[in-house]
Amino acid sequence: MIRALGRRALSLLLALIAASVVIFVMLQAVPGDPAAFMLGMNASEDAVAALRAELGLEGPLVVRYLAWISGMLGGDFGTSYTYRVPVAELVSERIVVSAPLAVMALVLSTVIAIPVGLIAAARRGGAADWGIMGGTQLGIAVPNFWFAMILVLVFAVKLRWVSAGGFPGWDAGLWPGVRALVLPAIALALPQASILARVLRSALLDTLDQDYIRTARAKGLSRRATVVRHALRNAMIPVLTILGLQFSFLLAGAIIIENVFFLPGLGRLIFQGITQRDLIVVQSVTMVLVFAVILVTFLVDLAYTVADPRLRRR
Amino acid sequence: MTQTLKMSVAAFALMASGAWAAQDSIIIGMQLEPPNLDPTGGAAAAIDEVTYANLFEGLTRFASDGAVVPGLAQSWSVSEDGLTWTFDLRPGVVFHDGTAMDSADVVFSLNRARAEDSTNAQKALFAGIADVSAPDTTTVVITLDAPNGNFAFNMAWGDAVIVAPESVATNATQPVGTGPFRFVEWAKGDSVTLERFDGYWGAAPALTRATFKFISDPNAAFAAMMAGDVNAFPVFPAPETLANFDADPRFSVIVGSTEGETILAMNNANLTDVRVRKAISHAIDRQAIIDGAMFGYGTPIGTHFAPHNPDYVDLTGGSAHDPDMARALLAEAGATDLRLRMALPPPSYARRGGEIIASQLRAVGIATDITNMEWAQWLEQVFRGKDFDLTIVSHTEPADINIYARPNYYFQYDNAGFQALMETLGITADADARTALLQEAQKMIAADYVNGYLFQLAKTGVADSRVEGLWQNAPTQANDLTGVSWRAGP
Amino acid sequence: MRVSLVIGAMLSAVFISLAAVSLLWLPYDITVLDITGRLHPPSASHWLGTDHFGRDMVAMLMAGARTSIAVALVAVGIGIVFGVPLGLAAAAYRGTWLDEAIMRGNDLVFAFPSLVIAILITAVFGASAVNAILAIGIFNIPVFARVARGGALPLWTLDYILAARVAGKGRARISAEHILPNIANLLIVQGTIQFSLGILAEAALSYVGLGAQPPTASWGRMLADAQTMIYTEPQLAILPGMAIVLMVLGLNLMGDGLRDALDPRLRKAGM
Repeated sequence: MIRALGRRALSLLLALIAASVVIFVMLQAVPGDPAAFMLGMNASEDAVAALRAELGLEGPLVVRYLAWISGMLGGDFGTSYTYRVPVAELVSERIVVSAPLAVMALVLSTVIAIPVGLIAAARRGGAADWGIMGGTQLGIAVPNFWFAMILVLVFAVKLRWVSAGGFPGWDAGLWPGVRALVLPAIALALPQASILARVLRSALLDTLDQDYIRTARAKGLSRRATVVRHALRNAMIPVLTILGLQFSFLLAGAIIIENVFFLPGLGRLIFQGITQRDLIVVQSVTMVLVFAVILVTFLVDLAYTVADPRLRRR
Repeated sequence: MTQTLKMSVAAFALMASGAWAAQDSIIIGMQLEPPNLDPTGGAAAAIDEVTYANLFEGLTRFASDGAVVPGLAQSWSVSEDGLTWTFDLRPGVVFHDGTAMDSADVVFSLNRARAEDSTNAQKALFAGIADVSAPDTTTVVITLDAPNGNFAFNMAWGDAVIVAPESVATNATQPVGTGPFRFVEWAKGDSVTLERFDGYWGAAPALTRATFKFISDPNAAFAAMMAGDVNAFPVFPAPETLANFDADPRFSVIVGSTEGETILAMNNANLTDVRVRKAISHAIDRQAIIDGAMFGYGTPIGTHFAPHNPDYVDLTGGSAHDPDMARALLAEAGATDLRLRMALPPPSYARRGGEIIASQLRAVGIATDITNMEWAQWLEQVFRGKDFDLTIVSHTEPADINIYARPNYYFQYDNAGFQALMETLGITADADARTALLQEAQKMIAADYVNGYLFQLAKTGVADSRVEGLWQNAPTQANDLTGVSWRAGP
Repeated sequence: MRVSLVIGAMLSAVFISLAAVSLLWLPYDITVLDITGRLHPPSASHWLGTDHFGRDMVAMLMAGARTSIAVALVAVGIGIVFGVPLGLAAAAYRGTWLDEAIMRGNDLVFAFPSLVIAILITAVFGASAVNAILAIGIFNIPVFARVARGGALPLWTLDYILAARVAGKGRARISAEHILPNIANLLIVQGTIQFSLGILAEAALSYVGLGAQPPTASWGRMLADAQTMIYTEPQLAILPGMAIVLMVLGLNLMGDGLRDALDPRLRKAGM
């Protein structure tokens, strides 16, 4: 098992390196000179050239790539062209918004999905099942940015329960920060919860068909205990896989949601970086996101292997 | 316990409604976040919108009506030959870090701005300076290469503010100026916070604290304003929603003018035939653009000049909406199968206006390919590369008709007669003579149909109705908070 | 689940036929802007009213359907054309470096936050429907590769396939003649899923301005344009939003129904 995991880790590392090359090369092809953008319409040619030299935009590609990579390994993610501060600082400022948002969305979607999936599987074919299947179908079909718009309209503008967006910073206290993330988390969680509920229901139904379940029932175990103690644990495996996959969609979906709620997170940082041609920010932050996704993939594989003894033999 | 709970709920509810923005602090919404906070090191208007008159001051200053008033210089005089300007500085001015402001700082600032390697975006403002000297701590003598009647005006620009050598290196992130507010913090991507500076030389502002919140999405801006997350949005990006604020007594809509001439720029190097340009100008229906893109806010213009300026000439008749004449002109010029490329930067006057104009051009037989682009690409492709046929942009610098004297400017208009006119204007000081020259200039660029002159951008701002003192017009892009206060009461 | 198949097929058919009709005929020309006629409520001449530029909403929705379906369909096509052969090859050469390489390539593409890459692609190559197709299509390739490989692997252990190998038939031919037809059902179901995901992706890209450009209509861009007017003219945002929901819903229902009808075993494949 260790060997298999080690091989997996190696292949993920290779993926990380390949990703860095792809990102770097793509960004070199982006039109628009960061220096010209920063100085604006009326800047002179000399000023632009001076700024380009200052930002380190000149020089051969390979050298700049290696400088970037070696910097990242040492914790130096470069210096933002527009803000003139270390990218690492920007990332740490933003990640305290994005990470909790992602976690809240994941927790919310799981908390909603598990009981919903359980009920649907337990009352299979009944009215509740049909209702849940219909509801989740709707949940998957709704674009999360549209849902976000509606949430803001209802809860922020009409009811004024929460602010329309923005993030007061964790210094303002735990509760104000969490409150600012509630609507965005709900908007992100809805489609995820719908998918998770459906997967859980499907996995539960498959598991419940198995022989050992019938044995447990025959032994006298109540229906609820059967589901919770036996079926659920085994049904969690495909759920875990989906969760791992969903993480990267979550990060991606967060970009649009962060814009709608003007949250100062990693997603909006990338968007602003692309708009402002702050390539070093885009490069480094994308790498951070890719690394997060790869890490989560690896952890899911780990959990998968631990959870399913059948996989350990390989 | 329940008592505490009830109090906390009440407290949070209060916070939610924004009422906690006490009577002496304000939250101002801005669409674009400045890339840094040094107005002398970059051209983004957003930098001035945060710092001008609040953090930094120059020798002179723009008042809300565009007049040039004393700033750090309490008075100035110019020699007979127009070459020597003497500025009399105020005594007792200190920077936010406690160091004194004196003539040495002025010399430093001006020399830094006009240096070879300066990254000041408006180097042209300082180009005519031959020498800057400081005979004593409160006097600065500036010698010019040639007389420049506009010099005091130039020194009022945000790029000409005075900085200190002790703090200049970190001004981008920790601005240190002489203004009535000092910098507190910058939460990147979110907000900049300022606080009243107790050592200010002049009258203390009514506000003790000001936060600029950056909200780029027009819809988020609307929601934030409605929910009370911001108290004022001086340049509100969603004119289509202004009717909601007008109808609501909690808010006041502040409509004024800007120095922004919004034009359909035509690449004169591609569209060389004046008949084609004239045809395009007649194909355009300005009122439809103002209504459709700006929801009625904006004043039509017939040349590159602000209508609120006393020297303005109304030449809109020469390019009135006349599709039949447009078609006739195109036929006469033999340009019946035109396909033009239109590049549109992000603002909604460009994106929406562009769609409307494309439809109007289609009606006279000109096909248009629209490309929406971000500012960075627009700057590279259109502004520097001049690779376009049509584009829409608003020129917000005051009194910038002289851009038509630059043959290499992005729309590439090269008229020796106009260039000569501008040269004459540069050395003319007499007001009546200047008026005559400016009017001739306006007529010339209108007759040549250099660009499609659309409308003067309105400054549409929304604010809590209790806020007073916000600038109605934008003679320069700034949010001068020195005169802003909250009216007492509900 | 026959019911879902029928409902889903009907819903999808409505939009697909609207899109097809729009190629030949639209009630109004959407390139003609009529500012004086803007924001009219529903009437006999404009069944769903007009938008902020005076364009007929029915025409806009039909043209938007055309864009969404075209983009999502071609993106699925890209995924199938490039992904299926890759997946089949990986299964055929299971365990070799080819299999490893293809699976690692898959992992690599999966690791990327897809929206960020889509934004980068459109920033580099320009915002357009074609680039949106590319950006979405690229992320379809590993999905179909994985599905094809997953479906092909168990088939390779079957006796008659082994017999064919022993008889000297090449792996490519076996894949094409024997494996492919048997995984067709899997691919159809996955295709429907990716189609619906493509509709959502195109809406998201157009919403942030990176998809089809004006005057081409797009549901996502209609949503973005309507957003600031949602308080006074909510129908401008509700209509395209509902269109997206119904289209995706229809496709998902159809996909579910197809999956149940074509092969109940597929449910156990974790779909």
